[in-house]
Amino acid sequence: MPQRIFVTGYGLISCIGNNIRENLSSLLQSRPGTGVPKQIETSLRDELMVGEVPKSHRELFGLAGLLPVEGYSRNSLLGIIAAQEAAACGRLDSHTGLKTGLISATTVGGMDRCELFYNDFLTNDTRNIYIDSYECADSTEKIASMLGIVDFVTTISTACSSAANALMLGARMIRSGRLDRVLAGGCESLTKFHLNGFNALKILDKAPCKPFDQHRAGINLGEGAAYLVLESEDCLLETGNSPICELAGWGNTCEAFHQTASSPDGLGAYLAMKIALEISGLASRDISYINAHGTGTDNNDLSEGKAIERLFGDRIPMVSSTKPFTGHTTSAAGAMEAIFSIFCLQYQVIWPNLNFNERIHELSFSPVEKLVTMVPVNAVMSNSFGFGGNDTSLIFKKVNANNADNADNAVNE
Amino acid sequence: MEELIEKLKKEVIAQLNLEEITPEDINPDASLFGEGLGLDSIDALELIVLLEKNYGIKIEDPKDGKKIFHSIRTMAEYITEHQK
Amino acid sequence: MDLYITSYCLVRDNRVVVNDRLVFYQENILKFADFIKAVYQQGQINYPKFYKMDAISKLGFVAAELVLKETSTEGLDSGAIGVVLSNASSSLVTDIAHNETIKDRNGYFPSPSVFVYTLPNIVIGEICIKNHFKGENVFLISESFNARLLHDYVGELFENGRVDACLCGWTELNGDIFNAMTVWVTRAGFTNSEAGQSYRPLLFSAENMNVIMSHN
Repeated sequence: MPQRIFVTGYGLISCIGNNIRENLSSLLQSRPGTGVPKQIETSLRDELMVGEVPKSHRELFGLAGLLPVEGYSRNSLLGIIAAQEAAACGRLDSHTGLKTGLISATTVGGMDRCELFYNDFLTNDTRNIYIDSYECADSTEKIASMLGIVDFVTTISTACSSAANALMLGARMIRSGRLDRVLAGGCESLTKFHLNGFNALKILDKAPCKPFDQHRAGINLGEGAAYLVLESEDCLLETGNSPICELAGWGNTCEAFHQTASSPDGLGAYLAMKIALEISGLASRDISYINAHGTGTDNNDLSEGKAIERLFGDRIPMVSSTKPFTGHTTSAAGAMEAIFSIFCLQYQVIWPNLNFNERIHELSFSPVEKLVTMVPVNAVMSNSFGFGGNDTSLIFKKVNANNADNADNAVNE
Repeated sequence: MEELIEKLKKEVIAQLNLEEITPEDINPDASLFGEGLGLDSIDALELIVLLEKNYGIKIEDPKDGKKIFHSIRTMAEYITEHQK
Repeated sequence: MDLYITSYCLVRDNRVVVNDRLVFYQENILKFADFIKAVYQQGQINYPKFYKMDAISKLGFVAAELVLKETSTEGLDSGAIGVVLSNASSSLVTDIAHNETIKDRNGYFPSPSVFVYTLPNIVIGEICIKNHFKGENVFLISESFNARLLHDYVGELFENGRVDACLCGWTELNGDIFNAMTVWVTRAGFTNSEAGQSYRPLLFSAENMNVIMSHN
């Protein structure tokens, strides 16, 4: 039987909270965090809704426990805040003899400071320290050095599926024996660069986004960071950590359809979910909840819905998108929503799909509209799909769940 | 109108990087998407940029593009109607 | 499990090498755009969408197509063909192009077709769209060519049964400086007999990828 992968820590910052507790509280109160941009300077200020972390650059230094110095992007500060919380939760600083890795996802990288100082770079040398913060690896390296992680450090950049892919790679590094434990997740801060880009693609909703609604009109972009600590079964014996849940399955595919659009039948999404199920050894009926990618675009929600119908047939689990709470936090979304899904296992709740009104005519199911409590949740699926057709699905399950199929069915990956 | 059609053909070729296509290859009444030039959704968004940049015409809902960008001729007609 | 490199392609310094054969060379081409267009045309790839791609996608796409011409994907499950690429500069060239269109209010015309390429993994999407590859894909960024990382990553995909064949390589472009290397990796037995080439498959190893990369 393959080595099991356990989640033993997590940390999170988003527009609905600076840490795990605050995020959980906002979700339980069905309180979204999107609004007009206040921190970011953009000509689109009056036209857009975003899920912005309501903190200035200086305030983020405070949350990160750092004195304000030059050279830190907003992106890396968000990453440091969430990574520190996860590391403390999973007690990464103890048992230094264990092989420990950091796999961090970001796509926009340190664009936030660079676009602010871009014109200064030619004329004002004091800003040049920010040139190094531009590349995606900068936030990863800052997190690694702050937490003293040296055995394996890498950055994943596959657009909106990035953080889910970081978790998948983390699980594989552990299963193949290369690492004992991994801090994996992602960070992304709002920038003019991608706000304008998504706006040019005309897929941003000016009102609060309405995933899986017949009249959905696009995305609200968001920002934040989220990290999880993954440990092998053997590692648990060393650290003595008690697992929060198990990362049981993962699947990644290329849709091979279009640079930015999903195919009408959602083949890539279907295959990613199917592979994740196979690896987990679970049957489709074991999945209690799907935290959908659910961006709120015409294209994604229909395509993802079709894929879910195809895989689950007439036994579709409860489905919701939590993006109306946080906005679409792109490269952080995969880890953020993984944590939201894990909350469902821990607290036996299902998050509502806010702003939903009318079922998509072509679909046979509606998302969950109101918070569901005291419901048995044993296994959950979290979907993250990215531009380039990069589709990833993850499955988390309770450590001692009694599933219809025995865990011995798990595929040795 | 014919003059505008010829100008549009060149602009569309440039905006969409249709390198292997010459203005003579484009039938002004043939459909631009699907069978015709095989344009896709990103091309449709580029054509919206073209109208704004070259003719000062703003299209807010990309769904309107379907009718406007049916062919070079429908584009030309739309421009003639909406240009200030 | 024995894995083999059954063909490779190098694109750099105004020349293209496929399986030890110099298939393209032209002096005095200074611009990448002119160079890659000439390679595309000579390679008779015939895929008009090529012209719409950004520079890095053109580079990766051509390097992929030239390798694929030497191989056969017949009998392979498209869901089990993966693509693993890497570079150092990510999509920097296109990031700058997009920034140019949004940096001031006058002349503010962000181009959707430029923005979609501000991600390094779009080149993989383009290769997969053309060839209908639906297996696992990833784009890795590292400061320099890291044969060990690529080898281990791809090896793991085979070990886990995720792929039966994989395109793997390095597609770096910064301004007019570029360097691409692609290899086609398959299990023993899946050689490129149909293409009828004399190239003898190499064992898929980090050392052999470094040897190919250092080809002059």
